[in-house]
Amino acid sequence: MIEINNLTKNFDQFTAIDDLTFTVKEGEVLGFLGPNGAGKSTTMKLITGFLSASHGSISIDGFDISKNPIEAKSLMGYLPEGAPSYGDMTTLEFLNFVAQIRGYTGEEILLRVQRVLDEVELNSVSQQTIETLSKGFKRRVGLAQAIMHDPKVLILDEPTDGLDPNQKHHVRELIKNLARDKIVIISTHILEEVTAVCSRAIIIAQGRIVADGTPAELESRSKYHQAVSVRLSKNYDLAADLTGIAEVGDVEKDSEDDMVFRILASGSNSIFSQVSEIAQAKHWPVTEFHVSRGQLEDVFRTVTQQTQGQGAQQ
Amino acid sequence: MRNLLIIFKRELLSYFATPLAYIFIVIFLVVNGFLTFDFGGFYARGQADLSPFFAFHPFLYLFMVPAIAMTMWADERKTGTIELLLTLPINLRDAILGKYLAAWALIGIALCLTFPIWITANYLGDPDNGVIFAAYVGSWFMAGAYLAIGACLSACTKNPVIAFILTVTICVIFVLLGYPFLLGMLTGWVPQIIIDAISSMGFLTHFDSISKGVFDVRDFLFFGVFIAAWLFASAVVIELKKAS
Repeated sequence: MIEINNLTKNFDQFTAIDDLTFTVKEGEVLGFLGPNGAGKSTTMKLITGFLSASHGSISIDGFDISKNPIEAKSLMGYLPEGAPSYGDMTTLEFLNFVAQIRGYTGEEILLRVQRVLDEVELNSVSQQTIETLSKGFKRRVGLAQAIMHDPKVLILDEPTDGLDPNQKHHVRELIKNLARDKIVIISTHILEEVTAVCSRAIIIAQGRIVADGTPAELESRSKYHQAVSVRLSKNYDLAADLTGIAEVGDVEKDSEDDMVFRILASGSNSIFSQVSEIAQAKHWPVTEFHVSRGQLEDVFRTVTQQTQGQGAQQ
Repeated sequence: MRNLLIIFKRELLSYFATPLAYIFIVIFLVVNGFLTFDFGGFYARGQADLSPFFAFHPFLYLFMVPAIAMTMWADERKTGTIELLLTLPINLRDAILGKYLAAWALIGIALCLTFPIWITANYLGDPDNGVIFAAYVGSWFMAGAYLAIGACLSACTKNPVIAFILTVTICVIFVLLGYPFLLGMLTGWVPQIIIDAISSMGFLTHFDSISKGVFDVRDFLFFGVFIAAWLFASAVVIELKKAS
């Protein structure tokens, strides 16, 4: 379990992290979201013990990162932002080095290194120096070193940044397979990734938590939650038919497509059946009709911009 | 200790993975040979010792050692590998010492490879090999002092070239502190105790006596403490600067 209490980090006058408190339990895959400069990477650097906190505490399975750094670091695997590694070493040399530092000796080194080479599919480039590898391979080398010791806590700073869609999918599968009894914290600004792999998401802005919940819970905070999306074949005034129904809110026209409308729900209950009855009764010229899930992007924008607005007012 | 050795090995191998180590060694040997035989008048002196060889070391190291030291931490910071290294379960002390000792070992290797000069002296005459051995160790310790300055200044910046220039500058100061010419300018108007203090901080003061065969533990102690102090300063600088 990771416990973070009143974590604050100041750089000179600037407060990068402002009184964060949260815990992460075994089996959780936590997506760490936020606009650029919100403090995602800083938080990860604090958790992994690279930076030390100005106030507050971080404990990894009971080991305080500032008091027992070696024990705490042994439990963690970390992929720093940009997946740095020693460019003049070959993949194999580099992974051997990490295996040794992680405390393995003799035969065990070979086994461990071979296992991660297989797991992230690096066998084809094991003899190449890392600086000659493509971005995708470099990222995988970074992942390989992070999972070398089968860590209880895996902290990945933008693990899929710069990967092509196939590689992204592969990395996500890897994370999902790892996660059962582990803690994974991923920072990302790709929101689809959160829905794809995370069991929980925290959105931070200006160093503070502005939203915390499962991706589904966060999505339900979107105004598009339970909205019905309709594509028409010709112009028709939907709003006129829907007035007077309490559960139905506004009707919005899609900004990109004139023929697509979104009928918003005023509460959190499903309005699909009601709207579909009306559509049949009034013979709407419908070609597509579906319930849209809440949009995480919409929630993200709302909560992060609110804080920015507050910040500006202060 | 185990981690220190692992880091030491990685660093040393990485010098040899690039042309850096080879270029360093070759240039070190060529320049050394040139200085000793041409400038130093090794043969013309007609004496079976290595004074002309060691006399140039303080000046040779002035440029060679900062070149080795400049990337030590600056590159780690520039490429972000410092974040990887310091989030592995190791002490900062092991990282600093491992990297430092690897670079020091490289200089040691280069120094050992100057052995043909020693063979030459033994072939031509009958030098005091005890003095030569002490001078070799003294020279290596002095190189270690340059290297420790370089390690610390390399941690101050992400730019190796800046680290190089800063290191050369600081090293020049420590070489000049023991230079008789500088001390002579001070004599007469600065209290003797201050002159002695300044002179005792200079590299030449200590290296001269070592290379002349005056084996004084205090000279080695000076370089040892000097190295420890600068490495401690590196630790402080790394702690302070790693966030940026």
